[in-house]
Amino acid sequence: MKNTIRIAAGQGFWGDLPDAPVRQVEEGPIDYLMLDYLAEVTMSIMQKQKARDPKAGYARDFVPLMKRILRTCVERNIKVVANAGGVNVEGCAAAVREVAVELGLGGQLKIGIVTGDNILDRVDDLIARGIELRNMDTGEPLVTVRDRIQSANAYLGAAPIVEALNHGAQIVITGRATDTGLTLGPMIHEFGWAADDWDHLAAGTIAGHIIECGAQCSGGNCQFEWQSIPDLANVGFPIAEASADGTFVITKHEGTGGRVSVQSIKEQLVYEMGDPRGYITPDCVADFTTVHLADDGANRVRVFGIRGRPATDTLKVSISFSAGYKAVGTLVYAWPDAYQKAKAADTILRARLDRLGLRFDQFLTEYVGANATHGPLAGEPSPDLAEVQLRVGVRGNDRNAIERFTKEIAPLILTGPPGVTGFAGGRPKVEEIVAYWPALIPKSEITARVEVIEG
Amino acid sequence: MFVQLTKLAHARSGDKGDTANVGLIALREEFYPLLVREVTGPRVKEHFKGICKGQVERFELPNLGALNFLLNESLGGGGTLSLMTDAQGKTFSTALLRMKIEIPDDEAERLGLS
Repeated sequence: MKNTIRIAAGQGFWGDLPDAPVRQVEEGPIDYLMLDYLAEVTMSIMQKQKARDPKAGYARDFVPLMKRILRTCVERNIKVVANAGGVNVEGCAAAVREVAVELGLGGQLKIGIVTGDNILDRVDDLIARGIELRNMDTGEPLVTVRDRIQSANAYLGAAPIVEALNHGAQIVITGRATDTGLTLGPMIHEFGWAADDWDHLAAGTIAGHIIECGAQCSGGNCQFEWQSIPDLANVGFPIAEASADGTFVITKHEGTGGRVSVQSIKEQLVYEMGDPRGYITPDCVADFTTVHLADDGANRVRVFGIRGRPATDTLKVSISFSAGYKAVGTLVYAWPDAYQKAKAADTILRARLDRLGLRFDQFLTEYVGANATHGPLAGEPSPDLAEVQLRVGVRGNDRNAIERFTKEIAPLILTGPPGVTGFAGGRPKVEEIVAYWPALIPKSEITARVEVIEG
Repeated sequence: MFVQLTKLAHARSGDKGDTANVGLIALREEFYPLLVREVTGPRVKEHFKGICKGQVERFELPNLGALNFLLNESLGGGGTLSLMTDAQGKTFSTALLRMKIEIPDDEAERLGLS
Protein backbone atom coordinates (compact mmCIF):
# COMPACT_ATOMS: atom_id res chain seq x y z
CA MET A 1 0.00 0.00 0.00
CA LYS A 2 1.24 3.46 -0.88
CA ASN A 3 1.44 6.07 1.85
CA THR A 4 0.28 8.91 -0.37
CA ILE A 5 -1.27 9.18 -3.81
CA ARG A 6 -1.56 12.18 -6.07
CA ILE A 7 -4.93 12.70 -7.72
CA ALA A 8 -5.00 15.41 -10.38
CA ALA A 9 -8.09 17.23 -11.64
CA GLY A 10 -8.09 17.75 -15.38
CA GLN A 11 -11.38 19.56 -16.06
CA GLY A 12 -13.54 21.87 -13.97
CA PHE A 13 -16.46 21.36 -16.33
CA TRP A 14 -17.10 20.02 -19.83
CA GLY A 15 -15.47 22.67 -21.98
CA ASP A 16 -12.66 23.65 -19.62
CA LEU A 17 -9.10 24.27 -20.92
CA PRO A 18 -8.47 21.41 -23.37
CA ASP A 19 -4.77 21.13 -22.53
CA ALA A 20 -5.18 21.06 -18.76
CA PRO A 21 -5.44 17.26 -18.43
CA VAL A 22 -2.51 16.79 -20.80
CA ARG A 23 -0.38 19.09 -18.67
CA GLN A 24 -1.45 17.31 -15.50
CA VAL A 25 -0.17 14.05 -16.98
CA GLU A 26 3.03 15.39 -18.53
CA GLU A 27 4.33 18.11 -16.23
CA GLY A 28 4.85 16.30 -12.96
CA PRO A 29 4.19 13.15 -10.98
CA ILE A 30 0.59 11.99 -10.54
CA ASP A 31 -1.06 8.65 -9.86
CA TYR A 32 -4.61 9.43 -10.95
CA LEU A 33 -6.25 11.82 -13.35
CA MET A 34 -9.89 12.58 -12.62
CA LEU A 35 -12.14 14.22 -15.17
CA ASP A 36 -15.64 15.53 -14.52
CA TYR A 37 -17.64 15.98 -17.70
CA LEU A 38 -21.24 16.07 -16.57
CA ALA A 39 -23.10 19.25 -15.73
CA GLU A 40 -26.69 19.00 -14.59
CA VAL A 41 -28.32 19.06 -18.02
CA THR A 42 -25.50 17.47 -20.02
CA MET A 43 -27.21 14.08 -19.95
CA SER A 44 -30.17 15.38 -21.95
CA ILE A 45 -27.86 16.58 -24.74
CA MET A 46 -26.20 13.17 -24.77
CA GLN A 47 -29.54 11.37 -24.76
CA LYS A 48 -30.54 13.36 -27.88
CA GLN A 49 -27.23 12.59 -29.58
CA LYS A 50 -27.70 8.91 -28.88
CA ALA A 51 -31.22 8.98 -30.30
CA ARG A 52 -29.76 10.26 -33.58
CA ASP A 53 -26.70 8.00 -33.53
CA PRO A 54 -26.61 4.88 -31.34
CA LYS A 55 -22.80 5.12 -31.18
CA ALA A 56 -22.94 8.64 -29.67
CA GLY A 57 -24.16 9.86 -26.28
CA TYR A 58 -20.92 10.35 -24.36
CA ALA A 59 -18.36 13.16 -23.93
CA ARG A 60 -16.69 13.03 -27.33
CA ASP A 61 -13.76 15.21 -26.22
CA PHE A 62 -12.63 12.39 -23.99
CA VAL A 63 -11.55 10.20 -26.92
CA PRO A 64 -9.11 12.63 -28.61
CA LEU A 65 -7.82 13.46 -25.13
CA MET A 66 -7.09 9.79 -24.49
CA LYS A 67 -5.28 9.67 -27.80
CA ARG A 68 -2.94 12.36 -26.50
CA ILE A 69 -2.30 10.96 -23.04
CA LEU A 70 -2.92 7.21 -23.09
CA ARG A 71 0.66 6.23 -23.96
CA THR A 72 2.10 8.29 -21.11
CA CYS A 73 -0.56 7.00 -18.74
CA VAL A 74 0.34 3.41 -19.54
CA GLU A 75 4.09 4.07 -19.32
CA ARG A 76 3.82 5.82 -15.96
CA ASN A 77 0.93 3.77 -14.63
CA ILE A 78 -1.37 6.77 -14.27
CA LYS A 79 -4.98 5.77 -13.88
CA VAL A 80 -7.82 7.79 -15.35
CA VAL A 81 -11.24 8.09 -13.72
CA ALA A 82 -13.84 9.97 -15.75
CA ASN A 83 -17.61 10.29 -15.88
CA ALA A 84 -17.25 10.74 -19.63
CA GLY A 85 -19.59 7.87 -20.48
CA GLY A 86 -22.78 9.93 -20.33
CA VAL A 87 -25.68 7.77 -21.53
CA ASN A 88 -23.46 5.45 -23.57
CA VAL A 89 -20.65 4.25 -21.32
CA GLU A 90 -20.06 1.13 -23.41
CA GLY A 91 -19.77 3.23 -26.58
CA CYS A 92 -17.25 5.49 -24.89
CA ALA A 93 -15.23 2.51 -23.68
CA ALA A 94 -15.27 1.00 -27.18
CA ALA A 95 -13.93 4.26 -28.62
CA VAL A 96 -11.14 4.35 -26.03
CA ARG A 97 -10.30 0.73 -26.83
CA GLU A 98 -9.95 1.66 -30.51
CA VAL A 99 -7.55 4.43 -29.49
CA ALA A 100 -5.49 1.92 -27.51
CA VAL A 101 -5.24 -0.40 -30.50
CA GLU A 102 -4.37 2.51 -32.78
CA LEU A 103 -1.53 3.50 -30.45
CA GLY A 104 -0.24 -0.04 -30.37
CA LEU A 105 -1.27 -0.43 -26.76
CA GLY A 106 -3.89 -3.10 -27.43
CA GLY A 107 -3.94 -5.71 -24.68
CA GLN A 108 -1.83 -3.58 -22.37
CA LEU A 109 -4.58 -2.07 -20.31
CA LYS A 110 -7.95 -2.77 -18.78
CA ILE A 111 -10.95 -0.50 -19.06
CA GLY A 112 -13.55 -0.36 -16.30
CA ILE A 113 -17.15 0.37 -17.25
CA VAL A 114 -19.58 1.57 -14.60
CA THR A 115 -23.28 1.61 -15.48
CA GLY A 116 -26.62 1.25 -13.74
CA ASP A 117 -27.22 4.97 -13.26
CA ASN A 118 -29.56 5.35 -16.22
CA ILE A 119 -33.19 4.92 -15.11
CA LEU A 120 -34.93 6.59 -18.06
CA ASP A 121 -36.57 3.30 -19.12
CA ARG A 122 -37.72 2.59 -15.58
CA VAL A 123 -39.46 5.86 -14.80
CA ASP A 124 -43.01 4.58 -15.46
CA ASP A 125 -42.39 1.44 -13.46
CA LEU A 126 -41.01 3.45 -10.55
CA ILE A 127 -43.94 5.85 -10.54
CA ALA A 128 -46.37 2.91 -10.76
CA ARG A 129 -44.75 1.42 -7.68
CA GLY A 130 -45.27 4.64 -5.73
CA ILE A 131 -41.81 6.11 -6.10
CA GLU A 132 -42.93 9.58 -7.05
CA LEU A 133 -39.51 11.19 -7.66
CA ARG A 134 -40.76 14.47 -6.26
CA ASN A 135 -38.81 17.59 -7.19
CA MET A 136 -36.50 18.35 -4.26
CA ASP A 137 -37.00 22.10 -4.73
CA THR A 138 -40.72 22.37 -5.45
CA GLY A 139 -42.13 19.14 -3.99
CA GLU A 140 -44.07 18.34 -7.19
CA PRO A 141 -44.30 14.67 -8.24
CA LEU A 142 -42.50 13.75 -11.47
CA VAL A 143 -45.73 12.67 -13.12
CA THR A 144 -46.52 16.36 -13.78
CA VAL A 145 -43.76 16.50 -16.42
CA ARG A 146 -43.78 12.79 -17.36
CA ASP A 147 -44.31 13.34 -21.10
CA ARG A 148 -41.48 15.84 -21.30
CA ILE A 149 -38.67 13.87 -19.63
CA GLN A 150 -35.47 13.63 -21.67
CA SER A 151 -33.09 11.87 -19.32
CA ALA A 152 -33.08 10.37 -15.82
CA ASN A 153 -29.96 9.22 -14.00
CA ALA A 154 -29.12 8.35 -10.43
CA TYR A 155 -25.86 9.67 -9.06
CA LEU A 156 -23.56 6.76 -8.32
CA GLY A 157 -20.88 7.16 -5.68
CA ALA A 158 -17.33 5.90 -5.25
CA ALA A 159 -18.12 2.21 -4.64
CA PRO A 160 -18.40 0.99 -8.26
CA ILE A 161 -15.29 3.00 -9.19
CA VAL A 162 -13.41 1.24 -6.39
CA GLU A 163 -14.64 -2.12 -7.67
CA ALA A 164 -13.37 -1.35 -11.18
CA LEU A 165 -9.98 -0.26 -9.82
CA ASN A 166 -9.79 -3.35 -7.62
CA HIS A 167 -10.21 -5.45 -10.78
CA GLY A 168 -7.19 -3.78 -12.31
CA ALA A 169 -8.84 -1.14 -14.49
CA GLN A 170 -6.42 1.52 -15.71
CA ILE A 171 -9.20 3.64 -17.19
CA VAL A 172 -12.54 3.85 -15.38
CA ILE A 173 -15.42 5.29 -17.36
CA THR A 174 -18.73 5.98 -15.67
CA GLY A 175 -22.07 7.51 -16.58
CA ARG A 176 -23.63 9.76 -13.96
CA ALA A 177 -21.25 9.48 -11.02
CA THR A 178 -20.71 12.21 -8.46
CA ASP A 179 -17.68 14.36 -9.09
CA THR A 180 -16.56 13.77 -5.51
CA GLY A 181 -16.74 10.00 -6.07
CA LEU A 182 -14.20 10.29 -8.89
CA THR A 183 -11.65 11.51 -6.33
CA LEU A 184 -12.75 9.42 -3.35
CA GLY A 185 -12.78 6.16 -5.35
CA PRO A 186 -9.00 6.03 -5.89
CA MET A 187 -8.38 6.74 -2.18
CA ILE A 188 -10.62 3.88 -1.04
CA HIS A 189 -8.95 1.59 -3.59
CA GLU A 190 -5.42 2.50 -2.49
CA PHE A 191 -5.93 2.79 1.25
CA GLY A 192 -8.57 0.13 1.77
CA TRP A 193 -10.88 2.38 3.76
CA ALA A 194 -13.97 0.58 5.05
CA ALA A 195 -17.43 1.39 3.74
CA ASP A 196 -18.38 2.77 7.16
CA ASP A 197 -15.17 4.67 7.83
CA TRP A 198 -17.18 7.88 7.68
CA ASP A 199 -14.41 10.29 8.67
CA HIS A 200 -12.06 9.08 5.94
CA LEU A 201 -14.84 8.90 3.36
CA ALA A 202 -15.80 12.47 4.25
CA ALA A 203 -12.16 13.56 3.88
CA GLY A 204 -11.92 12.05 0.39
CA THR A 205 -15.26 13.62 -0.50
CA ILE A 206 -14.11 17.07 0.57
CA ALA A 207 -10.85 16.61 -1.34
CA GLY A 208 -13.06 15.89 -4.35
CA HIS A 209 -15.16 18.98 -3.72
CA ILE A 210 -12.02 21.13 -3.59
CA ILE A 211 -10.51 19.92 -6.88
CA GLU A 212 -13.69 19.23 -8.87
CA CYS A 213 -13.87 22.78 -10.24
CA GLY A 214 -10.33 22.64 -11.60
CA ALA A 215 -8.31 25.82 -11.26
CA GLN A 216 -11.05 27.50 -9.23
CA CYS A 217 -9.10 26.37 -6.15
CA SER A 218 -5.64 27.18 -7.50
CA GLY A 219 -5.94 30.86 -8.34
CA GLY A 220 -8.74 31.09 -10.90
CA ASN A 221 -11.78 33.19 -9.96
CA CYS A 222 -10.06 33.93 -6.66
CA GLN A 223 -11.02 37.21 -5.02
CA PHE A 224 -8.35 37.22 -2.35
CA GLU A 225 -5.56 39.49 -3.59
CA TRP A 226 -6.47 38.58 -7.16
CA GLN A 227 -4.17 41.20 -8.69
CA SER A 228 -1.12 39.46 -7.23
CA ILE A 229 -1.90 35.91 -8.37
CA PRO A 230 0.96 35.06 -10.75
CA ASP A 231 0.79 33.85 -14.31
CA LEU A 232 -2.84 32.80 -14.67
CA ALA A 233 -2.10 32.35 -18.38
CA ASN A 234 -0.15 29.31 -17.29
CA VAL A 235 -2.46 28.31 -14.44
CA GLY A 236 -1.77 24.97 -12.78
CA PHE A 237 -4.74 22.70 -12.13
CA PRO A 238 -5.05 21.23 -8.64
CA ILE A 239 -3.67 17.98 -7.28
CA ALA A 240 -4.87 16.30 -4.08
CA GLU A 241 -1.98 14.52 -2.38
CA ALA A 242 -3.90 12.12 -0.18
CA SER A 243 -2.66 10.10 2.78
CA ALA A 244 -4.07 6.92 4.23
CA ASP A 245 -4.89 8.72 7.50
CA GLY A 246 -7.49 10.90 5.76
CA THR A 247 -5.42 14.07 5.63
CA PHE A 248 -4.42 15.56 2.32
CA VAL A 249 -2.50 18.41 0.73
CA ILE A 250 -3.83 20.48 -2.16
CA THR A 251 -1.07 21.56 -4.50
CA LYS A 252 -0.21 21.93 -8.20
CA HIS A 253 2.72 21.11 -10.47
CA GLU A 254 5.99 23.04 -10.10
CA GLY A 255 6.45 25.74 -12.68
CA THR A 256 2.76 26.37 -13.30
CA GLY A 257 0.95 29.66 -12.63
CA GLY A 258 -1.84 30.52 -10.26
CA ARG A 259 -1.70 30.11 -6.49
CA VAL A 260 -2.81 27.50 -4.00
CA SER A 261 -3.32 29.27 -0.67
CA VAL A 262 -5.42 28.88 2.44
CA GLN A 263 -7.66 31.63 1.02
CA SER A 264 -8.03 30.05 -2.41
CA ILE A 265 -9.05 26.78 -0.77
CA LYS A 266 -11.51 28.51 1.56
CA GLU A 267 -13.17 30.18 -1.41
CA GLN A 268 -13.61 26.83 -3.14
CA LEU A 269 -14.83 25.12 0.04
CA VAL A 270 -17.79 27.51 0.32
CA TYR A 271 -18.61 27.30 -3.39
CA GLU A 272 -22.14 25.96 -4.03
CA MET A 273 -22.39 25.06 -0.36
CA GLY A 274 -25.71 24.34 1.32
CA ASP A 275 -25.84 23.36 4.98
CA PRO A 276 -22.12 22.96 5.74
CA ARG A 277 -22.75 20.29 8.39
CA GLY A 278 -24.57 18.04 5.95
CA TYR A 279 -22.91 17.70 2.56
CA ILE A 280 -24.70 14.61 1.33
CA THR A 281 -23.17 12.22 -1.18
CA PRO A 282 -23.91 8.55 -1.94
CA ASP A 283 -20.84 7.64 0.12
CA CYS A 284 -21.25 9.61 3.34
CA VAL A 285 -22.40 12.89 4.87
CA ALA A 286 -19.42 15.23 5.11
CA ASP A 287 -19.21 17.97 7.72
CA PHE A 288 -17.54 21.12 6.38
CA THR A 289 -17.46 22.66 9.84
CA THR A 290 -14.68 20.19 10.72
CA VAL A 291 -12.31 21.13 7.90
CA HIS A 292 -9.01 22.59 9.06
CA LEU A 293 -6.47 24.23 6.78
CA ALA A 294 -2.79 24.98 7.27
CA ASP A 295 -0.15 26.54 5.07
CA ASP A 296 2.30 23.78 4.10
CA GLY A 297 4.81 25.75 2.03
CA ALA A 298 4.56 27.43 -1.34
CA ASN A 299 1.39 26.39 -3.18
CA ARG A 300 0.66 23.69 -0.64
CA VAL A 301 -2.27 23.67 1.78
CA ARG A 302 -2.74 20.86 4.27
CA VAL A 303 -6.31 19.80 5.03
CA PHE A 304 -7.10 17.81 8.17
CA GLY A 305 -9.56 17.12 10.98
CA ILE A 306 -12.48 16.19 8.71
CA ARG A 307 -15.38 14.29 10.25
CA GLY A 308 -18.21 12.50 8.51
CA ARG A 309 -21.48 10.76 9.31
CA PRO A 310 -23.25 7.69 7.88
CA ALA A 311 -24.56 7.93 4.34
CA THR A 312 -28.31 8.31 3.82
CA ASP A 313 -30.46 5.56 2.31
CA THR A 314 -31.30 7.51 -0.83
CA LEU A 315 -29.50 8.56 -3.99
CA LYS A 316 -30.02 11.79 -5.81
CA VAL A 317 -31.55 11.50 -9.25
CA SER A 318 -30.93 14.02 -11.97
CA ILE A 319 -33.83 14.27 -14.40
CA SER A 320 -33.99 16.63 -17.35
CA PHE A 321 -37.19 17.69 -19.04
CA SER A 322 -38.27 19.93 -21.87
CA ALA A 323 -39.51 23.26 -20.44
CA GLY A 324 -40.41 25.58 -23.31
CA TYR A 325 -38.34 28.11 -25.18
CA LYS A 326 -36.37 31.27 -24.65
CA ALA A 327 -34.50 33.94 -26.56
CA VAL A 328 -32.27 36.82 -25.56
CA GLY A 329 -31.64 39.90 -27.71
CA THR A 330 -29.11 42.67 -27.18
CA LEU A 331 -28.32 46.16 -28.51
CA VAL A 332 -25.68 48.66 -27.42
CA TYR A 333 -26.42 52.34 -26.70
CA ALA A 334 -23.56 54.87 -26.56
CA TRP A 335 -22.96 58.10 -24.64
CA PRO A 336 -24.62 60.49 -24.03
CA ASP A 337 -27.55 59.28 -21.92
CA ALA A 338 -26.82 55.67 -22.84
CA TYR A 339 -28.89 54.25 -19.97
CA GLN A 340 -31.89 56.50 -20.66
CA LYS A 341 -31.83 55.55 -24.33
CA ALA A 342 -31.67 51.86 -23.56
CA LYS A 343 -34.61 52.26 -21.17
CA ALA A 344 -36.62 54.13 -23.79
CA ALA A 345 -35.90 51.37 -26.31
CA ASP A 346 -37.17 48.77 -23.83
CA THR A 347 -40.42 50.71 -23.35
CA ILE A 348 -40.93 50.88 -27.12
CA LEU A 349 -40.17 47.18 -27.54
CA ARG A 350 -42.64 46.19 -24.83
CA ALA A 351 -45.37 48.38 -26.38
CA ARG A 352 -44.84 46.72 -29.76
CA LEU A 353 -44.91 43.20 -28.30
CA ASP A 354 -48.06 44.17 -26.39
CA ARG A 355 -49.75 45.38 -29.53
CA LEU A 356 -48.91 42.05 -31.17
CA GLY A 357 -50.73 40.38 -28.31
CA LEU A 358 -47.69 38.30 -27.39
CA ARG A 359 -47.57 36.83 -23.90
CA PHE A 360 -44.54 35.37 -22.15
CA ASP A 361 -44.08 33.46 -18.91
CA GLN A 362 -41.07 35.59 -18.16
CA PHE A 363 -39.80 38.88 -19.60
CA LEU A 364 -36.56 40.28 -18.27
CA THR A 365 -34.76 43.49 -19.22
CA GLU A 366 -31.22 44.12 -18.04
CA TYR A 367 -28.84 47.01 -18.62
CA VAL A 368 -25.33 45.58 -18.92
CA GLY A 369 -22.81 48.19 -17.84
CA ALA A 370 -25.31 49.81 -15.48
CA ASN A 371 -26.79 47.20 -13.16
CA ALA A 372 -27.20 43.75 -14.79
CA THR A 373 -25.24 41.92 -12.11
CA HIS A 374 -25.88 43.85 -8.90
CA GLY A 375 -29.34 45.24 -9.66
CA PRO A 376 -30.54 47.96 -7.31
CA LEU A 377 -27.33 47.60 -5.24
CA ALA A 378 -25.43 49.26 -8.09
CA GLY A 379 -27.27 52.54 -7.49
CA GLU A 380 -28.62 54.98 -10.08
CA PRO A 381 -26.59 54.68 -13.31
CA SER A 382 -24.44 57.70 -14.17
CA PRO A 383 -25.56 59.81 -17.16
CA ASP A 384 -21.91 59.70 -18.24
CA LEU A 385 -21.75 55.95 -18.85
CA ALA A 386 -19.80 55.37 -22.06
CA GLU A 387 -22.25 52.71 -23.20
CA VAL A 388 -24.96 50.40 -21.97
CA GLN A 389 -26.02 47.09 -23.43
CA LEU A 390 -29.77 46.58 -23.50
CA ARG A 391 -30.37 42.87 -22.90
CA VAL A 392 -33.93 41.58 -23.22
CA GLY A 393 -34.94 37.98 -22.61
CA VAL A 394 -38.26 36.18 -22.96
CA ARG A 395 -39.36 32.70 -22.02
CA GLY A 396 -42.54 30.72 -22.67
CA ASN A 397 -44.11 27.56 -24.06
CA ASP A 398 -45.29 29.12 -27.33
CA ARG A 399 -42.41 28.82 -29.74
CA ASN A 400 -44.09 31.15 -32.25
CA ALA A 401 -44.30 33.96 -29.71
CA ILE A 402 -40.61 33.63 -28.89
CA GLU A 403 -39.79 33.51 -32.61
CA ARG A 404 -41.81 36.69 -33.19
CA PHE A 405 -39.94 38.43 -30.38
CA THR A 406 -36.62 37.77 -32.11
CA LYS A 407 -37.81 39.82 -35.11
CA GLU A 408 -38.51 42.90 -33.02
CA ILE A 409 -34.95 43.62 -31.82
CA ALA A 410 -33.06 44.76 -34.94
CA PRO A 411 -35.80 47.14 -36.10
CA LEU A 412 -35.18 49.21 -32.96
CA ILE A 413 -31.99 50.45 -34.65
CA LEU A 414 -33.90 52.45 -37.26
CA THR A 415 -37.12 52.99 -35.32
CA GLY A 416 -35.96 53.82 -31.79
CA PRO A 417 -33.62 56.07 -29.80
CA PRO A 418 -30.33 57.18 -31.44
CA GLY A 419 -26.74 56.17 -30.78
CA VAL A 420 -27.39 52.45 -31.09
CA THR A 421 -25.22 49.68 -32.50
CA GLY A 422 -24.12 46.13 -31.78
CA PHE A 423 -26.34 43.98 -33.92
CA ALA A 424 -23.81 42.14 -36.00
CA GLY A 425 -24.95 38.68 -34.99
CA GLY A 426 -28.34 38.73 -36.71
CA ARG A 427 -31.61 37.75 -35.03
CA PRO A 428 -31.39 36.14 -31.62
CA LYS A 429 -31.71 32.35 -31.67
CA VAL A 430 -34.71 30.59 -30.17
CA GLU A 431 -33.43 28.08 -27.66
CA GLU A 432 -35.25 25.00 -26.45
CA ILE A 433 -35.03 24.88 -22.67
CA VAL A 434 -34.05 21.66 -20.97
CA ALA A 435 -34.67 22.09 -17.27
CA TYR A 436 -33.37 20.14 -14.31
CA TRP A 437 -35.49 18.09 -11.92
CA PRO A 438 -33.60 16.89 -8.84
CA ALA A 439 -35.20 14.03 -6.91
CA LEU A 440 -34.35 11.24 -4.49
CA ILE A 441 -34.64 7.49 -4.97
CA PRO A 442 -34.15 4.69 -2.41
CA LYS A 443 -30.67 3.19 -2.75
CA SER A 444 -32.26 -0.28 -2.94
CA GLU A 445 -33.66 0.64 -6.38
CA ILE A 446 -30.26 1.23 -7.94
CA THR A 447 -27.68 -1.44 -8.69
CA ALA A 448 -24.41 -0.24 -10.14
CA ARG A 449 -22.89 -2.61 -12.69
CA VAL A 450 -19.14 -2.90 -13.12
CA GLU A 451 -17.45 -4.56 -16.05
CA VAL A 452 -13.73 -4.63 -16.74
CA ILE A 453 -12.71 -5.29 -20.34
CA GLU A 454 -9.33 -5.81 -21.97
CA GLY A 455 -8.22 -2.66 -23.74
CA MET B 1 -18.05 54.19 11.96
CA PHE B 2 -19.30 52.41 8.85
CA VAL B 3 -17.07 49.81 7.21
CA GLN B 4 -17.73 48.15 3.89
CA LEU B 5 -17.44 44.36 3.90
CA THR B 6 -14.72 44.58 1.20
CA LYS B 7 -12.42 45.66 4.07
CA LEU B 8 -13.36 42.67 6.21
CA ALA B 9 -14.01 39.70 3.97
CA HIS B 10 -13.67 37.96 0.64
CA ALA B 11 -16.39 35.83 -0.85
CA ARG B 12 -17.43 33.31 -3.47
CA SER B 13 -20.94 32.59 -4.68
CA GLY B 14 -22.68 29.97 -6.76
CA ASP B 15 -26.05 28.39 -7.42
CA LYS B 16 -28.26 25.42 -6.63
CA GLY B 17 -31.36 25.76 -8.75
CA ASP B 18 -33.10 29.05 -7.95
CA THR B 19 -31.01 29.53 -4.79
CA ALA B 20 -27.79 31.53 -4.72
CA ASN B 21 -25.20 30.69 -2.08
CA VAL B 22 -22.70 33.24 -0.84
CA GLY B 23 -19.74 32.18 1.28
CA LEU B 24 -18.36 35.16 3.18
CA ILE B 25 -14.83 34.63 4.51
CA ALA B 26 -13.14 36.88 7.09
CA LEU B 27 -9.90 38.40 5.81
CA ARG B 28 -8.45 38.10 9.31
CA GLU B 29 -9.44 35.75 12.10
CA GLU B 30 -10.36 38.63 14.43
CA PHE B 31 -12.92 39.94 11.93
CA TYR B 32 -15.00 36.76 12.10
CA PRO B 33 -16.90 37.56 15.35
CA LEU B 34 -17.77 40.92 13.84
CA LEU B 35 -19.24 39.25 10.76
CA VAL B 36 -21.20 36.82 12.94
CA ARG B 37 -22.63 39.71 14.97
CA GLU B 38 -23.41 42.15 12.16
CA VAL B 39 -24.01 40.21 8.96
CA THR B 40 -27.19 38.46 10.05
CA GLY B 41 -29.71 36.66 7.87
CA PRO B 42 -32.32 39.45 8.12
CA ARG B 43 -29.68 42.08 7.28
CA VAL B 44 -28.61 40.15 4.21
CA LYS B 45 -32.25 39.74 3.19
CA GLU B 46 -32.70 43.52 3.49
CA HIS B 47 -29.48 44.14 1.55
CA PHE B 48 -30.72 41.99 -1.34
CA LYS B 49 -34.17 43.62 -1.39
CA GLY B 50 -35.66 43.31 -4.87
CA ILE B 51 -33.16 40.57 -5.76
CA CYS B 52 -33.79 37.80 -3.22
CA LYS B 53 -37.50 36.98 -3.17
CA GLY B 54 -37.33 34.10 -0.71
CA GLN B 55 -35.79 33.40 2.67
CA VAL B 56 -32.18 33.95 3.58
CA GLU B 57 -30.61 31.14 5.61
CA ARG B 58 -27.30 31.58 7.40
CA PHE B 59 -24.77 28.93 8.48
CA GLU B 60 -21.61 29.43 10.53
CA LEU B 61 -18.21 27.88 9.81
CA PRO B 62 -15.97 29.11 12.63
CA ASN B 63 -13.26 26.68 11.48
CA LEU B 64 -12.88 28.66 8.25
CA GLY B 65 -13.86 32.05 9.68
CA ALA B 66 -16.71 31.96 7.21
CA LEU B 67 -20.48 32.38 6.98
CA ASN B 68 -22.58 30.70 4.32
CA PHE B 69 -25.78 32.34 3.13
CA LEU B 70 -28.49 30.71 1.06
CA LEU B 71 -30.59 33.24 -0.82
CA ASN B 72 -33.70 31.39 -1.93
CA GLU B 73 -35.68 32.47 -5.02
CA SER B 74 -32.98 34.76 -6.36
CA LEU B 75 -32.02 33.51 -9.81
CA GLY B 76 -35.11 34.00 -11.99
CA GLY B 77 -36.01 30.31 -11.82
CA GLY B 78 -32.40 29.16 -11.88
CA GLY B 79 -30.39 27.00 -14.25
CA THR B 80 -31.52 26.96 -17.86
CA LEU B 81 -34.91 28.52 -16.99
CA SER B 82 -33.35 31.80 -15.92
CA LEU B 83 -33.04 34.71 -18.33
CA MET B 84 -30.56 36.53 -16.12
CA THR B 85 -27.01 37.39 -17.21
CA ASP B 86 -25.91 35.97 -13.88
CA ALA B 87 -28.15 32.92 -13.81
CA GLN B 88 -25.51 31.08 -11.75
CA GLY B 89 -25.29 33.74 -9.05
CA LYS B 90 -21.54 34.17 -9.56
CA THR B 91 -21.60 37.89 -8.79
CA PHE B 92 -23.71 37.68 -5.64
CA SER B 93 -20.40 37.44 -3.77
CA THR B 94 -19.31 40.98 -4.58
CA ALA B 95 -22.91 42.20 -4.32
CA LEU B 96 -22.81 41.16 -0.66
CA LEU B 97 -19.41 42.82 -0.18
CA ARG B 98 -21.11 46.14 -0.99
CA MET B 99 -22.79 45.99 2.41
CA LYS B 100 -21.67 48.46 5.07
CA ILE B 101 -21.81 47.61 8.75
CA GLU B 102 -21.58 49.95 11.71
CA ILE B 103 -18.78 49.33 14.18
CA PRO B 104 -18.19 51.25 17.43
CA ASP B 105 -15.18 53.54 16.98
CA ASP B 106 -13.12 51.95 19.75
CA GLU B 107 -13.66 48.47 18.31
CA ALA B 108 -12.76 49.70 14.84
CA GLU B 109 -9.57 51.17 16.21
CA ARG B 110 -8.69 47.98 18.07
CA LEU B 111 -9.13 46.04 14.82
CA GLY B 112 -7.01 48.53 12.91
CA LEU B 113 -9.92 49.65 10.74
CA SER B 114 -10.01 53.36 11.47
